[in-house]
Amino acid sequence: MCDLGDDRRVFIGAEGSALAELSEARGISGQEGEVRQILARSLRGRVKELWGDSIGNLLARAGGGGGKRVMLAAHMDEVGLVISRIEKSGFLRFAKVGGIDDRVLGSKAVLVGKDKVYGVIGTKPVHLQEAAERKRPFRADELLIDIGAKSKEEAEKLVRPGDMATFDVRFESFSDEVVKGKALDDRAGCAVLLEIMKAQWQGVEVVGAFTSQEEIGVRGARVAAFALEPTAAIVVEATLCSDTPGTDPHEECTRLGDGPVITLMDRGVIADRAMVEELVETAEKEGIPYQFRRTTAGGNDAASIHLSREGVRTAVVSVPCRYIHSPVSVMSVTDAENCLRLLIAYLRRVEAGECLRI
Amino acid sequence: MVVLNLWREDALRESLKRLARQLSEAYGPSGHEDEVRDTIKREMETCADEIKVDALGNLHCTLKSDSGSKVLLAAHMDEVGVVVTHIGDDGYLRFSNVGGADPEVLLGQSVVFGDGTVGVVGAETEKMAEGRRKFLEHLAPRSMFIDIGSRSRDEAGRRVRVGDVAVYRREFSDLGARFSGKALDDRVGCAILVVLARALRERGILKNELNLVFTVQEEVGVRGATTSSYAIYPDLAIAVDVTRTGDTPKSERMAVSLGKGVAVKVRDSRMVADPGIVRLLVETAERCGIPYQMEVLERGSTDASAIQLARSGVRTGALSIPCRYVHSPCQVSDWDDVGCCLDLLGNVLSSPLEF
Repeated sequence: MCDLGDDRRVFIGAEGSALAELSEARGISGQEGEVRQILARSLRGRVKELWGDSIGNLLARAGGGGGKRVMLAAHMDEVGLVISRIEKSGFLRFAKVGGIDDRVLGSKAVLVGKDKVYGVIGTKPVHLQEAAERKRPFRADELLIDIGAKSKEEAEKLVRPGDMATFDVRFESFSDEVVKGKALDDRAGCAVLLEIMKAQWQGVEVVGAFTSQEEIGVRGARVAAFALEPTAAIVVEATLCSDTPGTDPHEECTRLGDGPVITLMDRGVIADRAMVEELVETAEKEGIPYQFRRTTAGGNDAASIHLSREGVRTAVVSVPCRYIHSPVSVMSVTDAENCLRLLIAYLRRVEAGECLRI
Repeated sequence: MVVLNLWREDALRESLKRLARQLSEAYGPSGHEDEVRDTIKREMETCADEIKVDALGNLHCTLKSDSGSKVLLAAHMDEVGVVVTHIGDDGYLRFSNVGGADPEVLLGQSVVFGDGTVGVVGAETEKMAEGRRKFLEHLAPRSMFIDIGSRSRDEAGRRVRVGDVAVYRREFSDLGARFSGKALDDRVGCAILVVLARALRERGILKNELNLVFTVQEEVGVRGATTSSYAIYPDLAIAVDVTRTGDTPKSERMAVSLGKGVAVKVRDSRMVADPGIVRLLVETAERCGIPYQMEVLERGSTDASAIQLARSGVRTGALSIPCRYVHSPCQVSDWDDVGCCLDLLGNVLSSPLEF
C-alpha cells in the first residue's frame, strides 16, 4: 500500500492546494515563467539539483545509484492565445497557441499580459444575427478581445503584441472528488511530478523534467531528453476523457474515476511493452485502479523523448480530463492521487531492482 | 573487374524465395516485430560478427571488414495493422489503424492477431439506407469493428485485450514471374539483405563494413531508423524498401513498372537522394548490365528520410522493389526486380567504397 503522506489533500484537492495554484498560474507555450517559478520555489532545497535550460525547461534531480536514470516529464505550458495585433479601434486580434476548438472561444473572459488586463472575447449579439449566421460558429480569426480601450493608443498603454491571453477561470471543487479549472492539462501532471520529486529516492536516479512548449510540438522534451540521456522515461499527462452522455462507449477514450490511464499507443509513440506490463502488474499488486487509453488519437512529450539519441524506453501515465483544451476542464481528485500512488509504487520497484531490469 | 551474378545461382535464388515467403507470412505489425526479428536473427547468426537488439527493438547485424567504408543498409520489419482500442459489451472489437491501412481496403478483410485469433472487419451499415456512396463517404475506423465471432465482451476478452494488434491474414502466392502476399513492404527488403549478407560473407568478397539494421516502426513514422542511425552514424546508407508503380490500368502517373528492374530512388516526398550514391548505383548497374529504373515518388517515403538527417547528416540513397497495391493485403512484385536489387547491391559492396 503506498503512503502518500499527510499532505495528501494539500497536494490536490482544496482551493489553496498545489494544483489550485498551478491551475491558476498563467503560462502558454514559450511563456511558462510563472509556472516555472512556482515549481522552482517548491523544489528548491528539496532536491539534489535544480536547473533550467535554453528552451525553458525546469529540471530537477533526486536520488542516485542503481545504474538507472528515469526521466519523468510533465509539461508546464497550457493552450491559450497570443495577441497578434492591436486594431485602430483598441480591440485586440489574437492567434491560438496549441490546439483549441474555435467554437469554445466566443464569449470567454481572458487575462492579457503580465499585468493580467481583463478582456472579453466578444461575439455579435444573437438579436443582430441573421439566420444563416446563427448556424455557423465564429472562427478564431473573426473574433476580437475587448479590453475596454477606445483606441489603439489607449490599448497600447496596457498590452502589446506578443502578450499572452489566458482564460480567466478559477480552480474550484465540485465535491470531494471532482474539481474544475483551466490548464489541468498538464498542471495535474506537474502537481503529481512535484510530489514524486519531493520523495526520498536512492537506488535510482529520478530526474523530473517540467517541460516547455509541449502543446506546439513537444519541443522542450526533445531538448531535455537529449541532455539527460535517461535509461527510461515516463510522461505524466492529462488525457482525453469523453465519457459524457451521447458518446458511444468506444469513443469515450477514458472514464473519469476509473483511475490513472496507461497508454498503449498514440499518434506519437508506441509505449514500451515491458514497461506497460510492469505498470499494470504494479497497479494490480498495490490494488490501485487503472485503465487503458482506448484511443490512438493525440500525442505528448513521449513522441520526442522516445526517439532521442539511440532511443529511450518510454511509457505514458495520465489523469483523465474532461473538456481538455477548453477553458474549463474537469478531473477527479482520486484519479490524480491514484496516478501518484501508481508512479511512486513503480519507482519503488525500480529502486528494488524489480522493474526496468537491464 | 568480376561481375557478380547472384540471382542466377539456383540455390541462392530458392533460398531468397523461401525467406520472402516465410517473412511475408510472419506476424509483425509496428511495435510487435518480435516474430520477424527472431526469424531474421536466426538467419543472420551464421554470417554476422555482431548482433544486437536496441531499446526500440531494431535488430543490428554487423559484418566487419578492414577495407572500404562503413555502410548502413536498412530494411523495415514492421507491417501495417489495426490495434484494438475497445471491446464492446456485444463482443465486437473497435480499433484504430497502425500505419497506413485504409478503411476501404480493410472492409471485409480477414485479419489475424499474434496468437492466431482470426477476425473479420465489418462496418456500421445504417448509412446504406442513404445509398452506397453515402456509406463509403462515412467509412472510417471509428465506424468499423472486428468480429472474432464472440457473443459477449467476456467471451472476446478471453482471447483478445485492448492494445492487441491484428494484421491482414494472407497466404503468400508464387505467381511464376511475379509473387503476391501481405507485407512485401518491406519483408522482401529484409529477405534481400539477409541473402546478400550471407552471400558476400560466404564468398569472402565483402569489401566494406556492413551495418545491417532491420528497423522497427517504419510504418508509423520511420521511428526505428531515426534512433538506429544516430547509433551507427555510417559513412553512407542505402535503404531497401518497396515503391509504388504506375503500371496498372489508368493509374496515378508514376514512372516505375514491374519487371523493368530495381528502382534507384532519386527523390520522394521527404528525401532527395544523395547524387553521389545515385551515380554509384546507376554506374554499377550499367557496368554490370543490371536492369534498373529511376524512381521519383510523389506520395510516400522510407527509412532513408530519417537516416539522412541523423546527427550531422548521413549520405543516403535508396533502392526500391516496384510493388503494386502497397498497404493492401495482396501486394504484387516481380522476382527479377528482386534479383536485380540483390545483384546491384552485391556488385556495389564487393568493391571498397570511398565515402
